[in-house]
Amino acid sequence: MLTNEQELARRTRRAFIGLGAGAVAGFAGLGWLSAGPIEEGNIPPNFRKILGFNEKVVRSALYSQDHLAPTFPASAIRKLKPNGEEGLEDELVAADWRLEIQPYKAGAVTQKLTLDDIKTLPRHDETIEFKCVEGWSTVTQFAGALLSDFTAKFCPGSEKAACIGMNTPDGVYYVSIDMPSALHPQTLLAWEMNSEPLTEEHGAPLRLVIPVKYGIKNIKRIGRIEYTDSHPKDYWEERGYDWYAGL
Amino acid sequence: MQSLELKHRLATRWTHWVNFPVLSLMIMSGLWIYWAYDPYRIGFGDITLIHMFPDWFYKMSGIGKKLSFGMAIHFVFGWLFAVNGFVYAIYTLVSGEWRELLPDAKCFGQALEVVKHDLGLGPLPPQGRYNAAQRITYTAIVFMGFGSMVTGVAIYKPIQLAGLTSLMGGYQWVRFFHFWLTMGYVAFFGIHIGQVIRAGWPNFRGMICGYDLPKGENNAH
Repeated sequence: MLTNEQELARRTRRAFIGLGAGAVAGFAGLGWLSAGPIEEGNIPPNFRKILGFNEKVVRSALYSQDHLAPTFPASAIRKLKPNGEEGLEDELVAADWRLEIQPYKAGAVTQKLTLDDIKTLPRHDETIEFKCVEGWSTVTQFAGALLSDFTAKFCPGSEKAACIGMNTPDGVYYVSIDMPSALHPQTLLAWEMNSEPLTEEHGAPLRLVIPVKYGIKNIKRIGRIEYTDSHPKDYWEERGYDWYAGL
Repeated sequence: MQSLELKHRLATRWTHWVNFPVLSLMIMSGLWIYWAYDPYRIGFGDITLIHMFPDWFYKMSGIGKKLSFGMAIHFVFGWLFAVNGFVYAIYTLVSGEWRELLPDAKCFGQALEVVKHDLGLGPLPPQGRYNAAQRITYTAIVFMGFGSMVTGVAIYKPIQLAGLTSLMGGYQWVRFFHFWLTMGYVAFFGIHIGQVIRAGWPNFRGMICGYDLPKGENNAH
């Protein structure tokens, strides 16, 4: 028969062994999470897997084309800070700029559009809170054509693709976006910001405005759009950020 | 035998000890996220007493700026934080232990006496498993945890959950609340560690193994 003190000592010993086992399991879990080849500046692959799981949960349980980004009155508009110059280094010659489209269908021919071609689409105007992945946000007005209208007119049927890839004319900056977000009723190819033509630092002549994504997906100076089932490369995904980046 | 006094049940102890490293990881990764845009301060008008955080803090802590990795850790361990919190809350509700935790009307007056006692200015009022100050603080911490989860998902998906986000004042206000809740944990942690050290080994052992010697039996070794 143990005395109270012996019994307490026994229980304490057992509890420390249990906690120790828990700590070992915890560190093993961290080891699993951090394992695998990590590219420079990227996150471990198992973190990426869990972010992919989060994406599945969000896309099946939360995301809806009917969920709109809140819109704001003109009085709430503030000056949007230009952030990120990747892909804007070359001098822009507006007259020479063309938007290249690679439609979804196999063997479809590449098209080249001028800004005037795109401006024939219905104009859509929205004042939304633009959200940077860094954490700041700015209420900003944009006008342009809905990417869904654009797709329907210039490459009908391409909506069936899983993804859209876009890149700057020099190929330095590139994003890829899931099709539901691309066809969201607030996703624009924009040529106007805060009632002025888009400036170069904000992506003239044409940029993506996709309020359901962080700013990193809102590519400036689009040179090429591709509709595909593959997963086009994504600049910030390669640098450790969540690919989905959905809001 | 079994005359030992039960201090904390297994579920309470495990959720407590799981929460410790998980919340630490959430705070560290939260700091990495916050650094990318750090507008908050303590001050009034044009006077800033302390910027959250000053340059020396960034330099001295030396954990660097890792926004993308911080986000990855946050959105992985956020699951554990939430699940662990729910396990604790459900256990506490179902077991009835919430009765010993939730403060009653008397607690608010008694809590002052507890603080006075801790400052060496008076006797400790009678108490159950938790004293009045603990009941208020620990209950607040549970609700703060819930608040962190709710503000967290509202910042994570501010458009899919636009109703929730705007209910709490909009995206930037929710980020503000999420940040200050975290500062609340840091303040709690400091006081908590101090109190645990003051209370001594038997109290700490109670949180490890769940038991203490029966009341009145000599604890001094």
